[in-house]
Amino acid sequence: MIWDLHCHIATAPGRTPDERMYWLIQRADRMGIDRLCIYMGTKWSDDPTPQDFRHQNDEVLEALTHWHHRAFGFAYINPKYRQESLDEINRCIRDGPMTGIKLWVAERCNSHDLDPIVERCAELKAIIFQHTWLVVSGNRPGSSRPTDMAELATRYPDVPMILGHTGGDWELGIRAIRANKNVSVDLAGFDPTAGVTEMAYREIGAERIIYGSDAAGRSFASQLAKVYGADIPESAKKQILGPNLRRMMLPILQAKGVQA
Amino acid sequence: MTHYIDTNVTLSRWPFRRLRGDETTELVKILRHYGVTQAWTGTFDGVLHKDIAGANERLMEECHKHGHGILRPFGSVNITLPAWEDDVRRCADEHKMRGIRVYPNYHGYQLDHRDFARLLAMCDERRLILQIAVSVEDERTQHPLMQVKDVDCHPLAALLKAHPNLRVVILNTFRATGGRNLGVLSGCKNVYFEIATREAVAGIATLAEKIPVERILFGSHAPFFYFESAVLKLQESGLSEEKLALIRTENAGRVFA
Ligand SMILES: [Zn+2]
Repeated sequence: MIWDLHCHIATAPGRTPDERMYWLIQRADRMGIDRLCIYMGTKWSDDPTPQDFRHQNDEVLEALTHWHHRAFGFAYINPKYRQESLDEINRCIRDGPMTGIKLWVAERCNSHDLDPIVERCAELKAIIFQHTWLVVSGNRPGSSRPTDMAELATRYPDVPMILGHTGGDWELGIRAIRANKNVSVDLAGFDPTAGVTEMAYREIGAERIIYGSDAAGRSFASQLAKVYGADIPESAKKQILGPNLRRMMLPILQAKGVQA
Repeated sequence: MTHYIDTNVTLSRWPFRRLRGDETTELVKILRHYGVTQAWTGTFDGVLHKDIAGANERLMEECHKHGHGILRPFGSVNITLPAWEDDVRRCADEHKMRGIRVYPNYHGYQLDHRDFARLLAMCDERRLILQIAVSVEDERTQHPLMQVKDVDCHPLAALLKAHPNLRVVILNTFRATGGRNLGVLSGCKNVYFEIATREAVAGIATLAEKIPVERILFGSHAPFFYFESAVLKLQESGLSEEKLALIRTENAGRVFA
């Protein structure tokens, strides 16, 4: 069972969200991937207005139309727009089919603007996915560092959340959230550098590691290699490829009456 | 069993991390397990060591002692060192190497450096394959005291006009910043690209639309990368068996011949 935590239609070719989704699924099939989590629309927008993120989420809803048995959608929101983001969570998750949120680079995640969002997601049992990437030459203003996520996770120790890209600079990312037991790491979207999965396994345990690709910008293949190539027990690899994400998503899926 | 010629393998220690496979026997075990029959092998010692002649001697010895006949040494040359020409001569004449590898960014020069043209000429005279490592690690995750930009291959296209028979292999060029080298060099028929850093879903298939498939070489960048990545990317590509065979072994075999 392979579930991919981290996919985008923006980087897949196609005239419509539906065509892009079909293209992605065909290639996911070559790699034996059962389910894809999709977030953000056909065009990148790093500091979206409410009108913009609603449009992006509409595109994801369209992409999901024929693929509810293969894909999940996460709602893209911007914590700078508090009420509009909460309304969007209600529209896409409470009243719609989506199962999580995606936070990108509009605002650093240690901001208290995230608090009402985290609280609402906790009520709905929605997955909280936060992009983080520590860049040695300096992060752009809204771009979260793994230590920002540790601050947020410390404020909400009972709410599960996901450190996107394992922080990019993964040796620092893993250390930053090691003590935050509610934080899992996303293996997606950085080079298949040997040792990442072994270090994560050693420091935080298999149950807090989740496979994801960041397709279509990254390949499924290079990111799957982080799991297949790791020097860890086979049972841990299996857990990382799908069951960990499934376990995290099961409460909201059950609440929605979705079989998975 | 499917076989591979891996054109991007490196021995010894990466200074910033221990790697599974930074012991030669361990690396060879991984390569053989996946059906690699030949690996073009450089040394991480060639990145920073000043006694690069010593590094190349150790590379020879390791390949000979622990290579199981699959490791083909590619010595390193640093044109900013005194008497670097002698390293080229030793690699070719004494060690009988088939190629060399350069790290222009870690060695601190651009490809318009006067001696780089001289290096091309020396490789051409000795029929050495020249591997240019555009990067080793993503610029964004480098050590704060050791930030090294990807190599800009722009000057190479003009320089190669004088060396139409010199075989040049570009390593690790497809990450965000180094990706532009493909456009610059796509017209040079004697330039080959290895795939370790090629990304995007089915990225090898789209690469084969940009340059002739005959110029694409299998490369893993092991042990820095998980070896499996390169193999799985071919699986994901959806390319025909004929094209895959070219990438896995036939192209590199022809270049090495
Ligand atoms: Zn992403």
